[in-house]
Amino acid sequence: MDSRASTESPAMTEPNPKSQASREAPAQPAGPTISVAGGSSSRLGTKSREIGNLELRGLNAFYGTNHAVRGVSMDFDSNRVTAIIGPSGCGKSTMVRCINRMHEEIAGARATGRVMLDGLDLYEGGIDVVAVRRAVGMVFQKPNPFPTMSVIDNVTAGLRLTGAPRSEMDDRGREALVGAGLWEEVKDRLKAPGVSLSGGQQQRLCIARALAVEPEVLLMDEPCSALDPVATLRIEELIGELKERVTVVIVTHNMQQAARVADTTVFMLNGELIETGPTDKMFTNPDDDRTEQYVTGKFG
Amino acid sequence: MSTHALLVDRGNLRRRNRVNRLVEASSTVAALLAVAVLLIVVGSVLSKGIGALSLHFLTTPAGLFGDTSGGISNAIVGTAIIVGIAALIAIPVGLLVAIYTTEFAPQRIAHQVRFVLDLLNGVPTIITGIFVYGLLVEHRHQSGFAGSVALAIVMLPIVARTAQEVLALVPGTLKEAAYALGVARWRTLVRVTVPTAAGGLITGALLAVARVAGETAPLILVCSIFGQGVLTEPSEALASIPVFIFQASESPSPEAHTQAWAAALILIAFVLALNIVARAFYARSRKRMGA
Repeated sequence: MDSRASTESPAMTEPNPKSQASREAPAQPAGPTISVAGGSSSRLGTKSREIGNLELRGLNAFYGTNHAVRGVSMDFDSNRVTAIIGPSGCGKSTMVRCINRMHEEIAGARATGRVMLDGLDLYEGGIDVVAVRRAVGMVFQKPNPFPTMSVIDNVTAGLRLTGAPRSEMDDRGREALVGAGLWEEVKDRLKAPGVSLSGGQQQRLCIARALAVEPEVLLMDEPCSALDPVATLRIEELIGELKERVTVVIVTHNMQQAARVADTTVFMLNGELIETGPTDKMFTNPDDDRTEQYVTGKFG
Repeated sequence: MSTHALLVDRGNLRRRNRVNRLVEASSTVAALLAVAVLLIVVGSVLSKGIGALSLHFLTTPAGLFGDTSGGISNAIVGTAIIVGIAALIAIPVGLLVAIYTTEFAPQRIAHQVRFVLDLLNGVPTIITGIFVYGLLVEHRHQSGFAGSVALAIVMLPIVARTAQEVLALVPGTLKEAAYALGVARWRTLVRVTVPTAAGGLITGALLAVARVAGETAPLILVCSIFGQGVLTEPSEALASIPVFIFQASESPSPEAHTQAWAAALILIAFVLALNIVARAFYARSRKRMGA
């Protein structure tokens, strides 16, 4: 049974905020790390979940004095793909990076407001940023496999480098590769360097790496911007399958991509959320004039 | 005016062509000169030293003062010990300094540390020798360890600066990837950043070793009066190749001069070999970092 299914998400509210301490004292028999508590991989393949609901409430993000995200409130529903569109510099990447608290890694950057995952505020004191990032995975613009690691080591990097037990490593790695639609292509060269794969395969390797730690939410920051059209199509197909396992949030510059993959589309402009709605409606009959102008190519 | 006028060679264009040729020619000559200097140095050391080079020379310790029947085995062993201990001190400290400045220090402090390291790199090694003399030799006695400390001080800025450059080349996207997986910062450093940069870090360390292997001035001050035979105790003064070259070349005997050339040949060969190995590691590192 998955401990995270309970309403309070006890996995996230470890009494000891130092994840390291919990790692060195593996009290739970199922596994010493936080978000593998329960350890079972049965959730992969589950058709519907009650977890992975994400809510933003009054989220603001700053780079020094630059107010990049301005009071955004919205929901991301589980088992759905939400696309965030908007012109360059509108704050869509910044907003997404606030969800897994990667924003604060940048010197001088800070965020205010609330990000709730299944009712739990990820910015609350005592919440460990490591736990947040295991619950909210991320895939970046450019494929970034670790150059010193093999294919399989890349996939299990999140498990190995956070101290998960070795025994289940291979199974979890294979499962993640299957989940990312890469298993058939790489099963005979798991020991080859991760960077020896093609660009599209590398990006799916990065998706597998994110899936291996079994997150509830997967953030994708323009995941296809460095890929050719065939590799892009492959990933778009994959996104449709991924939403059965994780809540998908995808930032994209490409409006056709948003129209193809997203159930819900969000339009941002100058750090503000302008409009959110079902993708069909957003692209055919949006409420806001600015959304209409953007999706019809009048600016941006 | 037809457009063909633009294609006609006018005075201005001719002048610019001349300047272009002049710059190209002079920089080519300068590059050839640099290569020539190396070839002349290596060539003269080779021609003057090869005569004294023999297995006997490499495997026999130096004779008593003035006796040229011996070899440099004690100097080879001494240099290995002195440089080895220096490397054991300077490489870990240098790497930690580099890690601190690239991964942890605020921008301003990192900048200042870099500046200090550049200053340290510019300190004449004779000054380093005098400093270590006052610290470890005065009122005590010369020792191989004092030589190691002096060489470690010379090595430190080289190791730290090259490591800084290499660590800064590790793509930020890799660290981001690790952080986004929930990997702690120190663990990202140890398991992702340092392994990615490993080739370049090894290169820097090898170049620093090559640089101090021939360092003479500080050793003359702190480690040049040593006993007979192959000595291995670093608390006592040890022989070394550079000090052997210095002392043999001061001798009035032509045989000793030839021995100095032969020892120089060994030293140059060692330094060249280290440089070649270092380049191989650097090439591997660049490939990893996508440069």
